[in-house]
Amino acid sequence: MATNATTEPLASRGSTGASDALHRVGGLWRYMKRNPSIIAGSVMLGIIVLFWAFGTLMTSPKDAKDLAFAPPNKRPSLQNPHPCYSSENPRELCFAYDDIERPHLLGTDRLGKDILASFSQGIPQTVMIGLIAGSVGTVVGTLLAFGAGYYGGVLDATIRFIVDTLQTIPGILILIIITIAWRDVGGGEMTFIQLSLIIAMLAWLGPTRVIRSQVLVMKQRSYVEMARLSGMSGPEVILKEMVPNLMPFIVANFVLAVSSAILASIGLEALGLGDFSSNTLGMMIYHNIWYGSLVNGWWWWWSPPIIVIVILFIGLFMLSRGMDEWANPRLRRRF
Amino acid sequence: MFVAVVFVATSFNFFLPRFTGQDPIATRLELLAAEGDTIRAEDYKALIETYNAKFGLDRPLVLQYLTYLSAAVRFDFGNSITKYPVRVSELVNQAMPWSIGLLVTSTLLAFLVGTLGGAVLAWQHGPKAAFELILPPFFLLAAVPYYLLGLILIWLLAFQAKLLPLGGGYAPTTLPDWSDFGFLFEVFKHSLLPALSIVLASIGFWALGMRSMMITMQGEDYMLQAEAKGLTKIRTFFRYAVRNAVLPQTTALALTLPHVVSGAILVERIFGYPGIGRVLYEAITGFDYFVIQGVVYIIVLAIAFAMLVIDVVYPLLDPRISYSSA
Repeated sequence: MATNATTEPLASRGSTGASDALHRVGGLWRYMKRNPSIIAGSVMLGIIVLFWAFGTLMTSPKDAKDLAFAPPNKRPSLQNPHPCYSSENPRELCFAYDDIERPHLLGTDRLGKDILASFSQGIPQTVMIGLIAGSVGTVVGTLLAFGAGYYGGVLDATIRFIVDTLQTIPGILILIIITIAWRDVGGGEMTFIQLSLIIAMLAWLGPTRVIRSQVLVMKQRSYVEMARLSGMSGPEVILKEMVPNLMPFIVANFVLAVSSAILASIGLEALGLGDFSSNTLGMMIYHNIWYGSLVNGWWWWWSPPIIVIVILFIGLFMLSRGMDEWANPRLRRRF
Repeated sequence: MFVAVVFVATSFNFFLPRFTGQDPIATRLELLAAEGDTIRAEDYKALIETYNAKFGLDRPLVLQYLTYLSAAVRFDFGNSITKYPVRVSELVNQAMPWSIGLLVTSTLLAFLVGTLGGAVLAWQHGPKAAFELILPPFFLLAAVPYYLLGLILIWLLAFQAKLLPLGGGYAPTTLPDWSDFGFLFEVFKHSLLPALSIVLASIGFWALGMRSMMITMQGEDYMLQAEAKGLTKIRTFFRYAVRNAVLPQTTALALTLPHVVSGAILVERIFGYPGIGRVLYEAITGFDYFVIQGVVYIIVLAIAFAMLVIDVVYPLLDPRISYSSA
């Protein structure tokens, strides 16, 4: 490991002992101060976490269920009756919802859900989809990339062919068809966890392609050849020499995979292929489109999910750009 | 490669919907029932059998697959199940011009503006200040999905300012007449918002790629040489820097095409645009196998074809690559 310290200073600064680890974290922190993209991305994601925490403190999960439909602070009252009131629904039943004295800070939506409460449930759900699909995609992608890049031959040709072919087909088409299949197997019901597993089925394409090309470059490095010549087996070379050195790169790709998984999930949900019992950001967009909140002027309903999604994507984008610079030190001078 | 991609995609396309276990005929009958037709139990069974025979769904899967492949070569996808007796090719033919028109113009526009903007931004001798103010917001927009931007644009320009129509391909009160200038203007007005959301969201992507390429190019020796020769700045910019930096951009254009199409499908849904995305969406919700197959096949074919075109055009841009001599 000592030999490669000169070629890859950040990634291979030893991995033994606690002081070394501390040193590494300190180095990372000092580096981050020079990398504004990582800071900006983290701040944006931090804002979303704060918003989620605020929502969780201010609301209870049951506010995210059907309640009332009104702009902020215009809760149903005797003068302003609850829309659920009708000849079938006695007034008492409708007002039974209202015994909790909690203001709807962001108003409620057409389904009667408190919008802030929906966010406090939906943000973790959306992030969960991204993390599950992103992790599966990155792990599978890394395995395939090393298999293809390191061993080459028929394995490489096969994997490359599959990736090239599948990347030619718009992912959303495949995902739509799989999602419909899955939904029917589950009897018309699909949880957001299942949705994330469906997205994971294609999430490995990007990481496989990008990491494979890095593996090909790294295979030519002298320390990898050295390790091979000194009798290390294939998996040993990969695990001990290549993976640690590619780790920053893999992490950067993970952020990207999470971002594209969330993008895919919101796309599917916006098309009406989501988990209707969840409050994910994509389902909020779907309900907004379905009820035409834009043309009805219900700004308090459609604007928050758009703002949160925009901040989320820009934050992830900045973070992945910053990570890229971190993983690819030669890029640093360019920007 | 071209043939392989199309073949794999079409096979995939054939088997995936069939693994769903959904019965398109039953769906169709449910639809009829919902419309008010009452069907007696014994008729129901007979109807299913007749329909299955009519669409060839009762034959073994292998046979269906072979018929499908031979039909795909001839662009014949049979009749739509939910919109019987409309032919799939008819649905596709109606929708295709809308989508191609929207996609080609908006993608090329975004590519040109973004590439040029990115080039100027990286150019040390250019009018940097103005571009440094204008372009960075587009970098951020590149991270936002097209359809979200579309929603914001609908609200700003169609709902608040009432400048442009809310959606659709043309106003529902007009009859399509392609020789009428007023109608053409109407179509243009309706396509402006969806096109704008694609263009605004993708300019940043091209600008970002071009900028980093240009920065690399400026470190090259031939740039220094061009400057030393006393060439005009405009000439060095276009003939030396842009000429070289645009090559990876063109490759990127081929690679991102599927992503652009994915995004455009959702944009069409948001705007109710009468393109291929809407046909696909309606087919998916109605489990219309033949329409799904036809649409996916056409989209894959179009993308593969566009990639082929870019491959063929590439040597014109880059004289170092030529297919004639090995």
